[in-house]
Amino acid sequence: MGWADNLKRSLLVKGGVHPPASKLAAGVKISDGPKPKRVLIPLSQHVGAACEPLVEKGDRVLLGQKIGDSDSYISAPVHSSVSGEVTSIQRFPHPSGRDVLTVEISSDGEDAPAPGLGPAPDPLSMEPGEIRRRVREGGIVGLGGAVFPTHVKLSPPSDRPIEAVIVNGAECEPFLTGDYRLMLERGQDIIHGARIIRRAVGAERIIIAIEQTGPKAIAAMREAVPDDGIEVFILPGIYPQGAEKTLVKTVLGREVPSGGLPMDVGAIVDNVGTCAAISELFLTGMPLTRRIVTVAGDGVAGRANLEVRIGTVVREVIDFCGGLSGDPGKVILGGPMMGLAQYTMDVPVTKATGGILVFKKGSVFCEEPGHFSCIRCGRCVRRCPMNLRPYLLGSYSDAGMWDHLEDLYINDCMECGSCAYICPTKNPLVQLIKVGKEGFNRRKRKMEALAEKASEEAEEKENAGKTA
Amino acid sequence: MSLVWKAALALGALAFFFGVLLAIAYLRFKVETDPRLDELLEAVLGSNCGACGYPGCEPACEAVLAGEAGVDVCVAGGQKCAEAVARIMGVEASMGERGVALVHCQGGLAESAPKAVYHGIDSCAAADKIAGGFKACDYGCLGLGTCKSVCPVNAITIDEDRRRQVDRDRCTGCGLCVDVCPRSLIELVPRDQQVLVMCNSADKGAKAKKVCSVCCIACKKCEKACEFDAIKVVDNCARIDFEKCTQCGKCIEVCPTDVLVRVEPTAAQRKKSKAPTAA
Repeated sequence: MGWADNLKRSLLVKGGVHPPASKLAAGVKISDGPKPKRVLIPLSQHVGAACEPLVEKGDRVLLGQKIGDSDSYISAPVHSSVSGEVTSIQRFPHPSGRDVLTVEISSDGEDAPAPGLGPAPDPLSMEPGEIRRRVREGGIVGLGGAVFPTHVKLSPPSDRPIEAVIVNGAECEPFLTGDYRLMLERGQDIIHGARIIRRAVGAERIIIAIEQTGPKAIAAMREAVPDDGIEVFILPGIYPQGAEKTLVKTVLGREVPSGGLPMDVGAIVDNVGTCAAISELFLTGMPLTRRIVTVAGDGVAGRANLEVRIGTVVREVIDFCGGLSGDPGKVILGGPMMGLAQYTMDVPVTKATGGILVFKKGSVFCEEPGHFSCIRCGRCVRRCPMNLRPYLLGSYSDAGMWDHLEDLYINDCMECGSCAYICPTKNPLVQLIKVGKEGFNRRKRKMEALAEKASEEAEEKENAGKTA
Repeated sequence: MSLVWKAALALGALAFFFGVLLAIAYLRFKVETDPRLDELLEAVLGSNCGACGYPGCEPACEAVLAGEAGVDVCVAGGQKCAEAVARIMGVEASMGERGVALVHCQGGLAESAPKAVYHGIDSCAAADKIAGGFKACDYGCLGLGTCKSVCPVNAITIDEDRRRQVDRDRCTGCGLCVDVCPRSLIELVPRDQQVLVMCNSADKGAKAKKVCSVCCIACKKCEKACEFDAIKVVDNCARIDFEKCTQCGKCIEVCPTDVLVRVEPTAAQRKKSKAPTAA
């Protein structure tokens, strides 16, 4: 059985790279993060429309109180992670690099919870619609890093029956250990959350997917699993196994069609952190106001897996872990493969922040890169998990040949960075592809507008001809 | 006869034979083209820039001949090309005057503070994708020259300090640069407009001032100084209503940060303004 599984898996898995795992904080238990005196809660922490503030300067807010919401379907409300007073609502630095409208709250240290937050009645016999409503109100988004609003994922159209809920415990990014610790310490919460998701989408199976590099997590989850259609699936230890589409392919052996979603092949993928957050929401009523953040790297004195309140300033979290050690070269929020380097440590921890990695100057690539020339070695093609041709995407994007990018399925690129990681000439392929995506989509919009204009003009001409 | 002569004769005969063959083929399989096509190709700019939306100059000219495109098809060529094309096609050139590109920012490396060190591809579009650019100002020009690279007439120059300059005489108002600027900083303004706002920052005065020495701080002095109600501060940045503006320049005098400037008139304008005095 074992060898057959291994063979099947190795046939299904295509591409990927093996960056050093560097799970420095794997042995450190999850502990509470700093208790901030001031939090910065950005009104845009998710994919989709930004929220409108619901509070004003000078208002008193309570822990778990909704402070921002949007009418848009693809959006999620944000909540206060402390109780205290709103000191300002203005644009502050955000991990994305741009300033974002943010609610600044000074904490009174009491953590007085907002009224009306309490455990829900048995969620496993609740109507799916009610579960979705509560998940949305709880501000739950995908905590794996993509921060896609979870209530949208939980609403598959009726012609897309969901067969399996895949719980994503791959955590393939190097350094990050939050999900791993969560599986070791709170396996029951994850399973409870997964069951609520299963109830909401009407699926039968729950598959918990874990990389083979974490045998302790596999053992812990196997122990926590009761026997009702919940199984543990062992993934090969290759980056990017945790990416949604790759995961569906490895676990179910089905390929998500180009431009499609996992729901097109009967699956829904949720991170273990998201499952735990849903479980907490239904057990205690507390919306998403904290998340697990891994602090690691050689530029920070300590290493930890902290449950940090959303809105805590990164500098405070680093100081809490013993501060910087040595001359910092880069501070990265998220994993080293897909995370974003920051220009200031005064950005807040958001729902997307899975890790705070600090690297010393010598240990991280931060000098002026030279001239990049593709030598057509084809390594990126072999490593691309989406079967794309990154070198061509990069070249066409560099040359501004947007029209060609469509035939190369540029929008299927998930920017995992495997191509840039393996490239021997250190060509910044992901950056080029990002530029290409924007250029291509811009061009497409322009052409559509032109075509519309032309057809309108033709119609006008026709009408004029008729009247004449 | 020597060997040389034999060879020359043989090759000469062969050359004559194939020459005749080619001549017959030329006459027999001649492709009829509109003689105006070559003339049109001479008349348009001929840089295959693609600004018109056609794959190149030849397809664009063919479209003109087929009546699918107007005589103003050559966007980059501007008025001059339109007139030439109209002459060939035997119609009036009916084209409104095109604007001229204006970059709404004058902050170079010296004036505008950086927020981060950027290592990466030398293009504004790429730099803007990484943490929203390396400039502390979220709205200002990054100065890496994406606009310069698409300009079909080389009207945009960027100096060592990453300050950009539009040669208003060269610019034909094709608008290619307007489309590619990732920060939407470039606007086509009327050719005779000389008083211009050189900032696009939507930050409040204090914040804008902190990161750039030549930014609009939304003090509204210009708004008060203007007698014609032509200048308004919208979203923390001054905007001129070109219809109302008389170019008196009072706003320039009161602007504390030199965001309002008066540019030199273009060559065409100078000619125009000289003509009546000579007559």
